[in-house]
Amino acid sequence: MRWLLLKDLQILRRSPLLVALLLAYGGLVGALLGFAVQRDDTKPKVAFLNEVPAGAVGIQVGTETIDASKYANQLFESVDPIRVKTRAQAIDVVRRGDAIAALIIPRDLTRRLQSLVNLAGTGAPPTVEVLFNEENPLKTQAVESRIKARLADANTALSQKLTEVAAGYLGILLHGGSFSLLGQRFEVLGLQRTRDVLQQTLRRLPRAAPQRADLARVSNFAQLAIANLDLSKPVLASIGEPLHVKRTVVTGKHVSANAFYIALAAAVTLMIIGLFLGGGMLALEREENAFGRLVRGPVTRWELLGEKVMLAAIAALLATVVELVVISFFDDLRWSRVAGWVLALLVGGLAFGAVGTAFGALTRDVRATTLLAILVALPFAFLALIPSGIVAAWVYDVVRIASAVFPFKPALEAVNAGLNDADPGLAGPLAHLAALAAAYTALARIGLRRFG
Amino acid sequence: MNVRGVTKRFGDRVALRDVSFEAADGELVAVIGPNGAGKTTLLSIVGGLLKADAGDVSRTPREVGWVPQQAAVYSKLSVAENLRLFARLEKVADPEAAVDRMLEQTGLRDRARDELGKLSGGNRQRVNIAIGLLADPPVLLLDEPSSALDPRQRERLWEFILGLAHGGTTVVFSTHDVGEAERHADRVLVLADGELLFAGTPDELAAEVGPDVRDFETAFVRFLHARGH
Repeated sequence: MRWLLLKDLQILRRSPLLVALLLAYGGLVGALLGFAVQRDDTKPKVAFLNEVPAGAVGIQVGTETIDASKYANQLFESVDPIRVKTRAQAIDVVRRGDAIAALIIPRDLTRRLQSLVNLAGTGAPPTVEVLFNEENPLKTQAVESRIKARLADANTALSQKLTEVAAGYLGILLHGGSFSLLGQRFEVLGLQRTRDVLQQTLRRLPRAAPQRADLARVSNFAQLAIANLDLSKPVLASIGEPLHVKRTVVTGKHVSANAFYIALAAAVTLMIIGLFLGGGMLALEREENAFGRLVRGPVTRWELLGEKVMLAAIAALLATVVELVVISFFDDLRWSRVAGWVLALLVGGLAFGAVGTAFGALTRDVRATTLLAILVALPFAFLALIPSGIVAAWVYDVVRIASAVFPFKPALEAVNAGLNDADPGLAGPLAHLAALAAAYTALARIGLRRFG
Repeated sequence: MNVRGVTKRFGDRVALRDVSFEAADGELVAVIGPNGAGKTTLLSIVGGLLKADAGDVSRTPREVGWVPQQAAVYSKLSVAENLRLFARLEKVADPEAAVDRMLEQTGLRDRARDELGKLSGGNRQRVNIAIGLLADPPVLLLDEPSSALDPRQRERLWEFILGLAHGGTTVVFSTHDVGEAERHADRVLVLADGELLFAGTPDELAAEVGPDVRDFETAFVRFLHARGH
């Protein structure tokens, strides 16, 4: 087998353009994939739990009641809400992947908002809770950005309303006017007119009048209140973020989007080189008419397949390591985890090499093998990136099956776990990849029956 | 080499039906017949590429050198690298000595470092045959060895093959060129629709169809016609 391996390496050495193209193609597809998954305008499913009692959705500002639920609804403009009744149901829906996140409006939200409006200055700020499933960092990032954007809109609308109502009362306090309470209409004198009345009264009083000192103190208070209430409008407007978000991860470890993109690019390179070399070098044996000569004695079909799978895995591993080393100049790479990610790349390379040999055995010439690899690999890679909760349940079941029978998703999970210590860890994806490598090698062996 | 009662089916189609023949040391045997007669199938079974459904071959695949119709060589490797690779794969005791011997025998020593893809068809075919001879087999099978060559290359190739036969190697070759079979073969095997219709010298075949034939090709065509093919 080693002589065959040496021969294939010699052939590759004499095709530098092909090797360069393979590397460039892997990098290009990796970049495109990373870019593509950022552009997602569909409405993701988000579980929604409103714990606020039905009769307690109003915030009292003076005599006016503001319906807080009207502003909470803004959070759903860019998501497809799934209503749940308990926190446990919300967690379950996220964990199952039926929703990509859950939004929980806590029971005390309106009370805290009321406390904020009353300027009580006590207790925690009003906070909504978002539960995430960190199975896919791209998905988490997308949900976070959407919820943050909608929260900012809700905050802006709510604070505008609060400012508007409070400012109205401040205006009445300052300038006087009328307002309604419990069906009765009240006339308010206002601080400015109060001050004017007091000053006129002071001017009319004799200098030695005993009431003069008390009236002067009230007049000074009115003057001070007028000056300071004029500053209150900008103070109210500064309450720009009445609602806060508490972030809770239900499953999975947090991986930054950048770290995930690096794992994604590595998995794509691994796939491209593994498939193309595994399939191409096997098909080349037939194109060069050497297959029959080889398998009639010197090597068995299993040995030939094993050599191609190994060649593809080693080449894919080396190319991806080079890619990661280059990336490490621009971004952090966890060298302390090198054993884990090299193992992930090697086993992933074996699985892709095995798929490549199956393609090579089925198509029997290099061009057809390459075409088949492109036609099959790219859709499977895109499918593997579809997060749960963003498509219908039955579609996601199909995605799950497709991702299980092609090595891209387990390879991505293994590389992500190797590089970033991400869930679901290394063991499961490695076992999955090993099983796929064995299955596709067996499929390739069956394909070789009509190869000679 | 003895081939006895070889039968091969591909599904319902019988490609070879109870074919038997012998070939002595140093003998040149030509397998001729129309397209689809079963020539390549017969050589593939004798060479160990295909398994027969019935019958047996006295030589093991390791004792038989196999030279396919199209050169089974790596065009990106040099002449010497191709020879060295197959010598190692065939587990030849001294691969370098075998390479040296083949370079000498094929007259390609001065082209040893040239990539196969840059050689002429005739030289590629020489390397193709040389690879079949690396393990020094007593029997060499050649599937239409000269079909892609020009007359000059063809002549040089036959000099090479005749030299092997004179050295004691049994050579069995298939060909469409009936004249080539007449000129070079000691005996011819005529196959048609998987059946062995004739085994003997070219003169014996000509004698079978009568005295009034102009040449061997005419005799061959008449023979087939007389047998319903």
